[in-house]
Amino acid sequence: MSESSRDHALKVTLLRRSQLWKKAADRTRRLVGKKTDDAADAISMADDYRMLAHDVAKVRRLLPDSRSREYLEAAYAQAHATLHRPAWHPGYALLNLFRDEIPAVVSWLRPHIVWATALFILTVIAGYAMVHTYPDLIALFASPELIATVERGQLWTEGLLNVVPSSVLSLQILTNNIVVSLFAYCAGFLFGLGTLYILGLNGLMLGAVFAFTSLHGLGDDLFTFVVAHGCVEISVMCLSGAAGAAVGEALIRPGAATRAESFQRAALQSGKLILACAVLLVGSGLIEGYVSPNPVFALWTRIVIGVSYWAFMIVLLNGWLFAARRRGRAIPAPAAP
Amino acid sequence: MDLEQGLVVDSVTGVDVALPIAGPGARSFAFIIDWHIRTIVSVAWYVVAALLHNGSLHITAPLTPDSAWFVYVIAPAAAIYFLYHPVWEVATRGHTPGKRMAGVQIISRQGGAPGVGSLLARNVFRLVDSFPIAYAVGHVTTMVTQNHVRIGDLAAGTLLVYVHDSAPPTGYSAEPLATNQLDATTAEVISELLQRWETLDSAARRRMAQKILAAETTDGDNNDDAILKTRLESLASRGRR
Repeated sequence: MSESSRDHALKVTLLRRSQLWKKAADRTRRLVGKKTDDAADAISMADDYRMLAHDVAKVRRLLPDSRSREYLEAAYAQAHATLHRPAWHPGYALLNLFRDEIPAVVSWLRPHIVWATALFILTVIAGYAMVHTYPDLIALFASPELIATVERGQLWTEGLLNVVPSSVLSLQILTNNIVVSLFAYCAGFLFGLGTLYILGLNGLMLGAVFAFTSLHGLGDDLFTFVVAHGCVEISVMCLSGAAGAAVGEALIRPGAATRAESFQRAALQSGKLILACAVLLVGSGLIEGYVSPNPVFALWTRIVIGVSYWAFMIVLLNGWLFAARRRGRAIPAPAAP
Repeated sequence: MDLEQGLVVDSVTGVDVALPIAGPGARSFAFIIDWHIRTIVSVAWYVVAALLHNGSLHITAPLTPDSAWFVYVIAPAAAIYFLYHPVWEVATRGHTPGKRMAGVQIISRQGGAPGVGSLLARNVFRLVDSFPIAYAVGHVTTMVTQNHVRIGDLAAGTLLVYVHDSAPPTGYSAEPLATNQLDATTAEVISELLQRWETLDSAARRRMAQKILAAETTDGDNNDDAILKTRLESLASRGRR
Protein backbone atom coordinates (compact mmCIF):
# COMPACT_ATOMS: atom_id res chain seq x y z
CA MET A 1 0.00 0.00 0.00
CA SER A 2 1.50 3.35 -0.99
CA GLU A 3 1.87 6.28 1.37
CA SER A 4 -0.67 8.29 -0.60
CA SER A 5 -3.26 5.52 -0.42
CA ARG A 6 -2.81 5.24 3.27
CA ASP A 7 -3.11 9.01 3.73
CA HIS A 8 -6.16 9.04 1.55
CA ALA A 9 -7.83 6.40 3.68
CA LEU A 10 -6.97 8.39 6.80
CA LYS A 11 -8.35 11.59 5.29
CA VAL A 12 -11.59 9.89 4.35
CA THR A 13 -11.96 8.44 7.83
CA LEU A 14 -11.11 11.77 9.42
CA LEU A 15 -13.55 13.76 7.36
CA ARG A 16 -16.34 11.33 8.14
CA ARG A 17 -16.09 12.60 11.70
CA SER A 18 -17.31 16.07 10.73
CA GLN A 19 -20.67 15.48 12.40
CA LEU A 20 -18.87 14.71 15.65
CA TRP A 21 -16.96 18.00 15.32
CA LYS A 22 -20.20 19.84 14.71
CA LYS A 23 -21.76 18.28 17.81
CA ALA A 24 -18.70 19.25 19.86
CA ALA A 25 -18.76 22.81 18.50
CA ASP A 26 -22.49 23.09 19.23
CA ARG A 27 -21.95 21.91 22.80
CA THR A 28 -19.11 24.40 23.27
CA ARG A 29 -21.26 27.23 21.94
CA ARG A 30 -24.04 26.20 24.31
CA LEU A 31 -21.75 26.10 27.34
CA VAL A 32 -19.53 29.07 26.57
CA GLY A 33 -21.74 31.74 28.02
CA LYS A 34 -23.53 30.00 30.84
CA LYS A 35 -23.13 27.75 33.83
CA THR A 36 -24.39 24.19 33.87
CA ASP A 37 -24.99 21.75 36.67
CA ASP A 38 -25.26 18.87 34.23
CA ALA A 39 -22.28 16.63 35.01
CA ALA A 40 -22.86 14.57 31.87
CA ASP A 41 -22.61 17.72 29.77
CA ALA A 42 -19.35 18.68 31.46
CA ILE A 43 -17.89 15.21 30.96
CA SER A 44 -18.96 15.23 27.32
CA MET A 45 -17.25 18.61 26.96
CA ALA A 46 -13.99 17.13 28.24
CA ASP A 47 -14.39 14.16 25.87
CA ASP A 48 -15.07 16.55 22.99
CA TYR A 49 -11.90 18.44 23.85
CA ARG A 50 -9.81 15.27 23.67
CA MET A 51 -11.52 14.16 20.48
CA LEU A 52 -10.94 17.55 18.85
CA ALA A 53 -7.28 17.55 19.95
CA HIS A 54 -6.82 14.12 18.37
CA ASP A 55 -8.42 15.19 15.12
CA VAL A 56 -6.61 18.53 15.05
CA ALA A 57 -3.29 16.71 15.28
CA LYS A 58 -4.30 14.51 12.33
CA VAL A 59 -5.77 17.26 10.20
CA ARG A 60 -2.63 19.40 10.64
CA ARG A 61 -0.61 16.63 9.02
CA LEU A 62 -3.09 15.34 6.47
CA LEU A 63 -4.97 18.46 5.40
CA PRO A 64 -2.82 21.43 6.37
CA ASP A 65 -4.42 23.98 4.02
CA SER A 66 -8.06 23.04 4.17
CA ARG A 67 -11.33 24.43 5.44
CA SER A 68 -11.58 21.33 7.60
CA ARG A 69 -8.46 22.38 9.46
CA GLU A 70 -9.76 25.92 9.85
CA TYR A 71 -13.03 24.63 11.27
CA LEU A 72 -11.36 22.12 13.59
CA GLU A 73 -8.78 24.61 14.86
CA ALA A 74 -11.56 27.06 15.69
CA ALA A 75 -13.64 24.40 17.42
CA TYR A 76 -10.60 23.21 19.37
CA ALA A 77 -9.65 26.75 20.44
CA GLN A 78 -13.22 27.46 21.51
CA ALA A 79 -13.36 24.23 23.51
CA HIS A 80 -10.03 25.13 25.13
CA ALA A 81 -11.30 28.59 26.11
CA THR A 82 -14.51 27.13 27.50
CA LEU A 83 -12.77 24.47 29.56
CA HIS A 84 -10.20 26.93 30.88
CA ARG A 85 -12.69 29.58 31.93
CA PRO A 86 -12.06 30.30 35.61
CA ALA A 87 -15.00 29.83 37.95
CA TRP A 88 -16.41 33.11 39.18
CA HIS A 89 -18.70 33.56 42.14
CA PRO A 90 -19.25 37.31 42.49
CA GLY A 91 -19.96 37.25 46.23
CA TYR A 92 -16.97 35.13 47.09
CA ALA A 93 -14.74 37.04 44.64
CA LEU A 94 -15.63 40.36 46.30
CA LEU A 95 -15.14 38.97 49.79
CA ASN A 96 -11.82 37.46 48.76
CA LEU A 97 -10.78 40.75 47.17
CA PHE A 98 -11.44 42.88 50.24
CA ARG A 99 -10.47 40.27 52.82
CA ASP A 100 -7.25 38.87 51.35
CA GLU A 101 -6.14 40.39 48.08
CA ILE A 102 -6.31 44.12 48.79
CA PRO A 103 -4.53 43.83 52.17
CA ALA A 104 -1.83 41.79 50.43
CA VAL A 105 -1.47 44.43 47.72
CA VAL A 106 -1.34 47.22 50.32
CA SER A 107 1.38 45.32 52.16
CA TRP A 108 3.33 44.85 48.92
CA LEU A 109 2.88 48.53 47.98
CA ARG A 110 3.85 49.88 51.41
CA PRO A 111 7.22 51.33 50.27
CA HIS A 112 5.53 52.92 47.24
CA ILE A 113 2.80 54.37 49.46
CA VAL A 114 5.40 55.89 51.78
CA TRP A 115 7.31 57.45 48.87
CA ALA A 116 4.17 58.68 47.11
CA THR A 117 2.89 60.25 50.34
CA ALA A 118 6.27 61.86 51.00
CA LEU A 119 6.35 63.28 47.50
CA PHE A 120 2.80 64.60 47.85
CA ILE A 121 3.56 66.26 51.21
CA LEU A 122 6.75 67.81 49.83
CA THR A 123 4.93 69.24 46.82
CA VAL A 124 2.16 70.59 49.08
CA ILE A 125 4.82 72.36 51.16
CA ALA A 126 6.56 73.57 48.00
CA GLY A 127 3.29 74.89 46.55
CA TYR A 128 2.44 76.62 49.82
CA ALA A 129 5.89 78.18 50.11
CA MET A 130 5.91 79.36 46.49
CA VAL A 131 2.56 81.14 46.62
CA HIS A 132 3.10 82.42 50.14
CA THR A 133 6.35 84.02 49.02
CA TYR A 134 5.23 85.06 45.52
CA PRO A 135 1.40 85.37 45.54
CA ASP A 136 1.30 86.10 41.82
CA LEU A 137 2.34 82.50 41.13
CA ILE A 138 -1.20 81.38 42.03
CA ALA A 139 -2.03 82.13 38.39
CA LEU A 140 -0.08 78.96 37.53
CA PHE A 141 -2.40 76.76 39.58
CA ALA A 142 -5.84 78.39 39.79
CA SER A 143 -8.34 79.80 37.31
CA PRO A 144 -8.88 83.60 37.07
CA GLU A 145 -12.44 83.15 38.38
CA LEU A 146 -11.22 81.36 41.50
CA ILE A 147 -8.55 84.01 42.09
CA ALA A 148 -11.07 86.85 41.67
CA THR A 149 -13.51 85.17 44.09
CA VAL A 150 -10.86 84.74 46.79
CA GLU A 151 -9.64 88.32 46.28
CA ARG A 152 -13.22 89.45 46.94
CA GLY A 153 -12.93 87.69 50.32
CA GLN A 154 -15.11 84.74 49.41
CA LEU A 155 -14.50 81.02 48.94
CA TRP A 156 -15.65 79.56 45.63
CA THR A 157 -17.36 76.86 47.66
CA GLU A 158 -19.77 79.31 49.30
CA GLY A 159 -23.29 78.97 48.05
CA LEU A 160 -22.31 75.94 46.03
CA LEU A 161 -25.55 74.19 46.94
CA ASN A 162 -27.54 77.14 45.60
CA VAL A 163 -26.07 76.49 42.16
CA VAL A 164 -25.95 72.68 42.00
CA PRO A 165 -28.00 70.13 43.99
CA SER A 166 -26.03 67.87 46.36
CA SER A 167 -26.76 64.71 44.38
CA VAL A 168 -25.46 66.23 41.17
CA LEU A 169 -22.49 67.78 42.94
CA SER A 170 -21.61 64.40 44.47
CA LEU A 171 -21.88 62.67 41.12
CA GLN A 172 -19.71 65.24 39.39
CA ILE A 173 -17.10 65.20 42.14
CA LEU A 174 -16.83 61.45 42.54
CA THR A 175 -16.66 60.94 38.77
CA ASN A 176 -13.92 63.54 38.48
CA ASN A 177 -11.97 62.10 41.42
CA ILE A 178 -12.21 58.54 40.10
CA VAL A 179 -10.98 59.66 36.69
CA VAL A 180 -8.02 61.50 38.28
CA SER A 181 -7.25 58.42 40.37
CA LEU A 182 -7.37 56.19 37.29
CA PHE A 183 -5.15 58.62 35.41
CA ALA A 184 -2.58 58.56 38.22
CA TYR A 185 -2.56 54.76 38.02
CA CYS A 186 -2.47 54.48 34.23
CA ALA A 187 0.16 57.19 33.90
CA GLY A 188 2.55 54.78 35.60
CA PHE A 189 2.87 53.28 32.13
CA LEU A 190 5.25 56.14 31.29
CA PHE A 191 7.87 54.50 33.51
CA GLY A 192 6.23 56.14 36.54
CA LEU A 193 6.87 59.67 35.30
CA GLY A 194 3.22 60.34 34.49
CA THR A 195 2.22 59.31 38.00
CA LEU A 196 4.88 61.51 39.57
CA TYR A 197 3.65 64.42 37.45
CA ILE A 198 0.00 63.99 38.45
CA LEU A 199 0.88 63.49 42.11
CA GLY A 200 3.26 66.48 42.12
CA LEU A 201 0.85 68.77 40.29
CA ASN A 202 -2.03 67.96 42.64
CA GLY A 203 0.23 68.52 45.67
CA LEU A 204 1.45 71.87 44.32
CA MET A 205 -2.13 72.96 43.58
CA LEU A 206 -3.34 72.03 47.07
CA GLY A 207 -0.47 73.86 48.77
CA ALA A 208 -0.77 76.86 46.49
CA VAL A 209 -4.52 77.25 47.00
CA PHE A 210 -4.17 76.91 50.77
CA ALA A 211 -1.43 79.57 50.78
CA PHE A 212 -3.48 81.92 48.61
CA THR A 213 -6.63 81.57 50.71
CA SER A 214 -4.55 82.02 53.90
CA LEU A 215 -3.16 85.27 52.51
CA HIS A 216 -6.74 86.50 52.15
CA GLY A 217 -7.83 85.26 55.58
CA LEU A 218 -9.80 82.31 54.20
CA GLY A 219 -7.46 79.47 55.16
CA ASP A 220 -9.62 78.31 58.06
CA ASP A 221 -12.74 78.36 55.90
CA LEU A 222 -11.02 76.22 53.27
CA PHE A 223 -9.86 73.78 55.94
CA THR A 224 -13.44 73.59 57.25
CA PHE A 225 -14.66 72.80 53.73
CA VAL A 226 -11.98 70.23 52.99
CA VAL A 227 -11.59 68.30 56.23
CA ALA A 228 -14.67 66.06 55.97
CA HIS A 229 -13.93 64.61 52.55
CA GLY A 230 -10.27 65.56 52.12
CA CYS A 231 -8.72 63.03 54.50
CA VAL A 232 -9.76 60.09 52.35
CA GLU A 233 -9.62 61.94 49.03
CA ILE A 234 -5.99 62.97 49.53
CA SER A 235 -5.06 59.55 50.88
CA VAL A 236 -6.61 57.92 47.82
CA MET A 237 -4.60 60.24 45.61
CA CYS A 238 -1.43 58.96 47.33
CA LEU A 239 -2.59 55.34 47.02
CA SER A 240 -3.30 55.75 43.31
CA GLY A 241 0.08 57.36 42.91
CA ALA A 242 1.67 54.40 44.70
CA ALA A 243 -0.12 51.97 42.39
CA GLY A 244 1.04 53.95 39.35
CA ALA A 245 4.59 54.07 40.72
CA ALA A 246 4.56 50.28 41.12
CA VAL A 247 3.51 49.94 37.48
CA GLY A 248 6.32 52.29 36.48
CA GLU A 249 8.88 50.45 38.60
CA ALA A 250 7.85 47.15 37.03
CA LEU A 251 8.79 48.64 33.66
CA ILE A 252 12.03 50.17 34.89
CA ARG A 253 13.16 47.14 36.92
CA PRO A 254 11.41 44.07 35.54
CA GLY A 255 13.68 41.65 37.37
CA ALA A 256 13.88 38.14 35.93
CA ALA A 257 10.67 38.50 33.93
CA THR A 258 10.31 40.35 30.66
CA ARG A 259 9.12 43.97 30.79
CA ALA A 260 5.74 42.97 29.36
CA GLU A 261 5.25 40.22 31.95
CA SER A 262 6.40 42.44 34.79
CA PHE A 263 4.13 45.28 33.63
CA GLN A 264 1.17 42.93 33.37
CA ARG A 265 1.68 41.50 36.85
CA ALA A 266 2.14 44.92 38.45
CA ALA A 267 -0.85 46.41 36.62
CA LEU A 268 -3.16 43.56 37.62
CA GLN A 269 -1.99 43.50 41.24
CA SER A 270 -2.06 47.24 41.85
CA GLY A 271 -5.33 47.49 39.89
CA LYS A 272 -7.05 45.77 42.82
CA LEU A 273 -6.11 48.70 45.04
CA ILE A 274 -7.51 51.10 42.44
CA LEU A 275 -10.84 49.29 42.68
CA ALA A 276 -10.85 49.90 46.44
CA CYS A 277 -9.87 53.51 45.82
CA ALA A 278 -12.84 53.96 43.46
CA VAL A 279 -15.19 52.58 46.12
CA LEU A 280 -13.73 54.94 48.73
CA LEU A 281 -14.04 57.90 46.36
CA VAL A 282 -17.76 57.25 46.00
CA GLY A 283 -18.15 57.81 49.74
CA SER A 284 -15.82 60.77 49.59
CA GLY A 285 -17.85 62.29 46.76
CA LEU A 286 -21.07 61.90 48.72
CA ILE A 287 -19.50 63.65 51.72
CA GLU A 288 -18.20 66.42 49.46
CA GLY A 289 -21.63 66.85 47.90
CA TYR A 290 -23.79 66.64 51.01
CA VAL A 291 -21.61 67.63 53.99
CA SER A 292 -18.71 69.85 52.91
CA PRO A 293 -20.65 72.71 51.27
CA ASN A 294 -23.45 72.61 53.84
CA PRO A 295 -22.97 75.34 56.51
CA VAL A 296 -25.20 73.42 58.92
CA PHE A 297 -22.29 71.10 59.82
CA ALA A 298 -19.96 72.51 62.47
CA LEU A 299 -16.19 72.15 62.27
CA TRP A 300 -16.00 69.43 64.94
CA THR A 301 -18.70 67.40 63.14
CA ARG A 302 -16.71 67.64 59.95
CA ILE A 303 -13.54 66.56 61.70
CA VAL A 304 -15.33 63.57 63.23
CA ILE A 305 -16.73 62.59 59.81
CA GLY A 306 -13.39 63.04 58.07
CA VAL A 307 -11.33 61.17 60.65
CA SER A 308 -13.93 58.39 60.97
CA TYR A 309 -14.06 57.85 57.25
CA TRP A 310 -10.27 57.86 57.10
CA ALA A 311 -10.18 55.25 59.90
CA PHE A 312 -12.71 53.18 57.91
CA MET A 313 -10.37 53.38 54.93
CA ILE A 314 -7.47 52.05 57.02
CA VAL A 315 -9.63 49.24 58.36
CA LEU A 316 -10.88 48.36 54.87
CA LEU A 317 -7.47 48.39 53.21
CA ASN A 318 -5.91 46.23 55.89
CA GLY A 319 -8.67 43.67 55.67
CA TRP A 320 -9.66 44.16 59.31
CA LEU A 321 -13.28 44.62 58.27
CA PHE A 322 -13.40 40.92 57.43
CA ALA A 323 -10.88 39.75 60.03
CA ALA A 324 -13.47 37.51 61.69
CA ARG A 325 -14.07 35.73 58.38
CA ARG A 326 -10.39 35.16 57.85
CA ARG A 327 -10.07 33.02 61.00
CA GLY A 328 -6.34 32.87 61.16
CA ARG A 329 -5.73 32.58 57.43
CA ALA A 330 -2.46 34.18 56.46
CA ILE A 331 -2.74 36.98 53.93
CA PRO A 332 -1.22 35.60 50.74
CA ALA A 333 1.53 37.76 49.34
CA PRO A 334 1.04 38.76 45.70
CA ALA A 335 3.59 37.52 43.21
CA ALA A 336 6.44 39.98 43.03
CA PRO A 337 6.37 41.76 39.69
CA MET B 1 -6.76 32.54 7.65
CA ASP B 2 -3.12 31.76 8.19
CA LEU B 3 -3.00 29.43 11.14
CA GLU B 4 0.78 29.50 11.29
CA GLN B 5 0.75 33.19 12.28
CA GLY B 6 -0.75 33.38 15.71
CA LEU B 7 -0.45 32.48 19.31
CA VAL B 8 0.33 28.87 20.14
CA VAL B 9 -0.78 27.73 23.58
CA ASP B 10 0.15 24.51 25.34
CA SER B 11 -2.67 22.12 26.10
CA VAL B 12 -2.97 19.19 28.47
CA THR B 13 -3.82 17.04 25.47
CA GLY B 14 -0.32 17.53 24.10
CA VAL B 15 -1.75 19.15 20.97
CA ASP B 16 -1.07 22.88 20.90
CA VAL B 17 -3.96 25.26 20.51
CA ALA B 18 -3.40 27.63 17.58
CA LEU B 19 -5.08 31.00 17.95
CA PRO B 20 -5.18 33.31 14.94
CA ILE B 21 -4.59 36.80 16.27
CA ALA B 22 -6.78 39.64 15.09
CA GLY B 23 -4.89 42.52 13.54
CA PRO B 24 -5.48 46.28 13.75
CA GLY B 25 -8.08 46.10 10.96
CA ALA B 26 -10.35 43.61 12.69
CA ARG B 27 -9.92 45.42 16.00
CA SER B 28 -10.80 48.78 14.47
CA PHE B 29 -13.79 47.27 12.70
CA ALA B 30 -15.11 45.83 15.97
CA PHE B 31 -14.50 49.11 17.78
CA ILE B 32 -16.29 51.17 15.15
CA ILE B 33 -19.36 48.93 15.33
CA ASP B 34 -19.36 49.14 19.13
CA TRP B 35 -18.83 52.88 19.01
CA HIS B 36 -21.87 53.31 16.76
CA ILE B 37 -24.00 51.10 18.98
CA ARG B 38 -23.13 52.90 22.20
CA THR B 39 -23.41 56.32 20.60
CA ILE B 40 -26.82 55.56 19.08
CA VAL B 41 -28.19 54.03 22.31
CA SER B 42 -26.73 56.81 24.45
CA VAL B 43 -28.12 59.58 22.23
CA ALA B 44 -31.47 57.79 21.98
CA TRP B 45 -31.67 57.63 25.78
CA TYR B 46 -30.79 61.31 26.06
CA VAL B 47 -33.39 62.38 23.50
CA VAL B 48 -36.23 60.26 24.92
CA ALA B 49 -35.42 61.12 28.56
CA ALA B 50 -35.03 64.84 27.71
CA LEU B 51 -38.38 64.89 25.89
CA LEU B 52 -40.07 63.20 28.84
CA HIS B 53 -38.32 65.45 31.36
CA ASN B 54 -39.07 68.71 29.51
CA GLY B 55 -42.62 67.68 28.62
CA SER B 56 -42.22 69.44 25.29
CA LEU B 57 -40.47 68.94 21.96
CA HIS B 58 -37.19 70.36 23.27
CA ILE B 59 -34.13 68.32 24.12
CA THR B 60 -31.87 71.09 25.38
CA ALA B 61 -31.04 71.37 29.07
CA PRO B 62 -33.29 73.68 31.13
CA LEU B 63 -31.78 77.00 32.21
CA THR B 64 -31.68 75.79 35.82
CA PRO B 65 -31.33 72.02 35.57
CA ASP B 66 -32.65 70.11 38.57
CA SER B 67 -31.49 66.79 40.04
CA ALA B 68 -33.90 64.82 37.86
CA TRP B 69 -32.24 66.20 34.74
CA PHE B 70 -28.86 64.85 35.81
CA VAL B 71 -30.09 61.62 37.37
CA TYR B 72 -32.51 60.54 34.61
CA VAL B 73 -31.11 62.24 31.50
CA ILE B 74 -27.39 62.94 31.75
CA ALA B 75 -26.06 60.19 34.05
CA PRO B 76 -27.65 57.18 32.26
CA ALA B 77 -26.63 58.49 28.82
CA ALA B 78 -23.07 59.00 30.03
CA ALA B 79 -23.04 55.61 31.74
CA ILE B 80 -24.20 53.86 28.56
CA TYR B 81 -21.45 55.54 26.58
CA PHE B 82 -18.58 55.13 29.03
CA LEU B 83 -19.45 51.80 30.67
CA TYR B 84 -20.48 49.99 27.47
CA HIS B 85 -17.22 48.11 27.03
CA PRO B 86 -16.50 47.06 30.63
CA VAL B 87 -20.07 45.96 31.28
CA TRP B 88 -20.44 43.95 28.04
CA GLU B 89 -17.00 42.38 28.32
CA VAL B 90 -17.39 41.36 31.95
CA ALA B 91 -20.93 40.08 31.44
CA THR B 92 -20.04 37.98 28.40
CA ARG B 93 -16.42 37.20 29.27
CA GLY B 94 -14.80 38.94 26.35
CA HIS B 95 -17.49 39.57 23.78
CA THR B 96 -19.28 42.70 22.68
CA PRO B 97 -21.78 43.02 19.83
CA GLY B 98 -19.12 44.69 17.70
CA LYS B 99 -16.58 41.97 18.37
CA ARG B 100 -19.13 39.29 17.52
CA MET B 101 -19.90 40.99 14.22
CA ALA B 102 -16.20 41.35 13.46
CA GLY B 103 -15.62 37.71 14.39
CA VAL B 104 -13.14 38.42 17.17
CA GLN B 105 -13.02 37.65 20.87
CA ILE B 106 -10.89 38.57 23.89
CA ILE B 107 -8.90 35.73 25.41
CA SER B 108 -6.17 35.41 28.01
CA ARG B 109 -2.62 34.58 26.97
CA GLN B 110 -3.26 31.02 28.11
CA GLY B 111 -6.07 30.73 25.57
CA GLY B 112 -8.83 30.70 28.16
CA ALA B 113 -11.55 33.21 28.90
CA PRO B 114 -10.07 36.27 30.66
CA GLY B 115 -10.84 36.97 34.33
CA VAL B 116 -12.91 39.91 35.52
CA GLY B 117 -9.82 41.71 36.85
CA SER B 118 -8.12 41.46 33.48
CA LEU B 119 -11.20 42.75 31.66
CA LEU B 120 -11.50 45.71 34.02
CA ALA B 121 -7.78 46.50 33.74
CA ARG B 122 -7.85 46.50 29.93
CA ASN B 123 -10.76 48.93 30.07
CA VAL B 124 -9.13 51.24 32.61
CA PHE B 125 -6.12 51.52 30.31
CA ARG B 126 -8.37 52.89 27.57
CA LEU B 127 -7.49 56.21 29.22
CA VAL B 128 -3.96 55.76 27.89
CA ASP B 129 -4.89 54.07 24.62
CA SER B 130 -7.36 56.78 23.66
CA PHE B 131 -4.70 59.46 24.16
CA PRO B 132 -4.45 62.07 22.66
CA ILE B 133 -7.37 61.60 20.26
CA ALA B 134 -9.24 58.83 18.43
CA TYR B 135 -7.35 55.98 20.10
CA ALA B 136 -4.10 57.09 18.50
CA VAL B 137 -1.84 55.46 21.10
CA GLY B 138 -3.83 52.22 21.03
CA HIS B 139 -3.86 52.16 17.26
CA VAL B 140 -0.12 52.63 16.97
CA THR B 141 0.62 49.97 19.58
CA THR B 142 -1.61 47.42 17.82
CA MET B 143 0.41 48.03 14.68
CA VAL B 144 3.85 47.75 16.25
CA THR B 145 3.40 45.02 18.88
CA GLN B 146 3.97 41.38 18.05
CA ASN B 147 0.48 40.19 18.95
CA HIS B 148 -1.27 43.36 17.75
CA VAL B 149 -2.28 44.39 21.25
CA ARG B 150 -2.92 47.81 22.74
CA ILE B 151 -1.53 48.95 26.09
CA GLY B 152 -4.68 47.83 27.88
CA ASP B 153 -4.12 44.30 26.59
CA LEU B 154 -0.49 44.41 27.67
CA ALA B 155 -1.57 45.40 31.17
CA ALA B 156 -4.33 42.81 31.36
CA GLY B 157 -2.53 39.94 29.61
CA THR B 158 -5.26 39.63 27.01
CA LEU B 159 -5.41 39.58 23.23
CA LEU B 160 -7.97 39.47 20.48
CA VAL B 161 -8.31 36.38 18.32
CA TYR B 162 -10.52 35.48 15.41
CA VAL B 163 -13.49 33.27 16.10
CA HIS B 164 -14.46 31.47 12.90
CA ASP B 165 -18.01 30.26 12.96
CA SER B 166 -17.81 28.50 9.62
CA ALA B 167 -19.92 25.50 8.71
CA PRO B 168 -18.33 22.09 9.21
CA PRO B 169 -16.82 20.54 6.08
CA THR B 170 -19.35 18.60 4.07
CA GLY B 171 -19.12 16.16 1.21
CA TYR B 172 -18.42 13.14 3.40
CA SER B 173 -21.36 11.35 4.86
CA ALA B 174 -21.58 10.34 8.48
CA GLU B 175 -22.68 6.85 7.41
CA PRO B 176 -20.52 3.88 8.39
CA LEU B 177 -17.78 2.91 5.97
CA ALA B 178 -18.89 1.06 2.86
CA THR B 179 -18.26 -2.66 3.01
CA ASN B 180 -15.52 -2.51 0.39
CA GLN B 181 -13.50 0.21 2.19
CA LEU B 182 -11.01 -0.05 5.01
CA ASP B 183 -11.28 1.87 8.23
CA ALA B 184 -8.29 4.02 9.12
CA THR B 185 -6.93 1.68 11.81
CA THR B 186 -6.91 -1.37 9.53
CA ALA B 187 -5.36 0.68 6.74
CA GLU B 188 -2.62 1.81 9.09
CA VAL B 189 -1.96 -1.74 10.35
CA ILE B 190 -1.74 -3.13 6.80
CA SER B 191 0.53 -0.28 5.77
CA GLU B 192 2.85 -0.94 8.70
CA LEU B 193 2.87 -4.68 8.06
CA LEU B 194 3.70 -4.27 4.38
CA GLN B 195 6.45 -1.79 5.13
CA ARG B 196 8.08 -4.16 7.63
CA TRP B 197 7.29 -7.33 5.68
CA GLU B 198 10.86 -8.24 4.81
CA THR B 199 12.19 -7.61 8.29
CA LEU B 200 9.60 -9.70 10.13
CA ASP B 201 9.90 -13.37 10.95
CA SER B 202 8.01 -15.30 8.24
CA ALA B 203 5.78 -17.12 10.74
CA ALA B 204 4.88 -13.90 12.52
CA ARG B 205 4.07 -11.98 9.36
CA ARG B 206 2.09 -14.91 8.02
CA ARG B 207 0.07 -15.11 11.23
CA MET B 208 -0.68 -11.37 11.19
CA ALA B 209 -1.62 -11.37 7.53
CA GLN B 210 -3.96 -14.31 8.03
CA LYS B 211 -5.67 -12.53 10.94
CA ILE B 212 -6.24 -9.36 8.95
CA LEU B 213 -7.41 -11.20 5.86
CA ALA B 214 -9.73 -13.40 7.93
CA ALA B 215 -11.31 -10.35 9.50
CA GLU B 216 -11.72 -8.40 6.27
CA THR B 217 -12.16 -11.12 3.63
CA THR B 218 -12.57 -14.85 3.24
CA ASP B 219 -9.03 -15.24 1.90
CA GLY B 220 -7.15 -15.82 5.13
CA ASP B 221 -6.64 -19.54 4.85
CA ASN B 222 -3.43 -19.57 2.83
CA ASN B 223 0.10 -20.25 4.08
CA ASP B 224 2.05 -18.96 1.10
CA ASP B 225 3.98 -15.80 1.95
CA ALA B 226 3.87 -14.30 -1.51
CA ILE B 227 0.14 -14.95 -1.95
CA LEU B 228 -0.64 -13.46 1.46
CA LYS B 229 1.38 -10.34 0.62
CA THR B 230 -0.37 -9.95 -2.73
CA ARG B 231 -3.77 -10.31 -1.06
CA LEU B 232 -2.80 -7.72 1.57
CA GLU B 233 -1.74 -5.28 -1.15
CA SER B 234 -4.99 -5.89 -2.91
CA LEU B 235 -6.90 -5.30 0.30
CA ALA B 236 -4.96 -2.08 0.95
CA SER B 237 -6.03 -0.71 -2.40
CA ARG B 238 -9.65 -0.67 -1.14
CA GLY B 239 -8.80 2.55 0.58
CA ARG B 240 -8.98 4.31 -2.78
CA ARG B 241 -12.28 5.95 -3.47
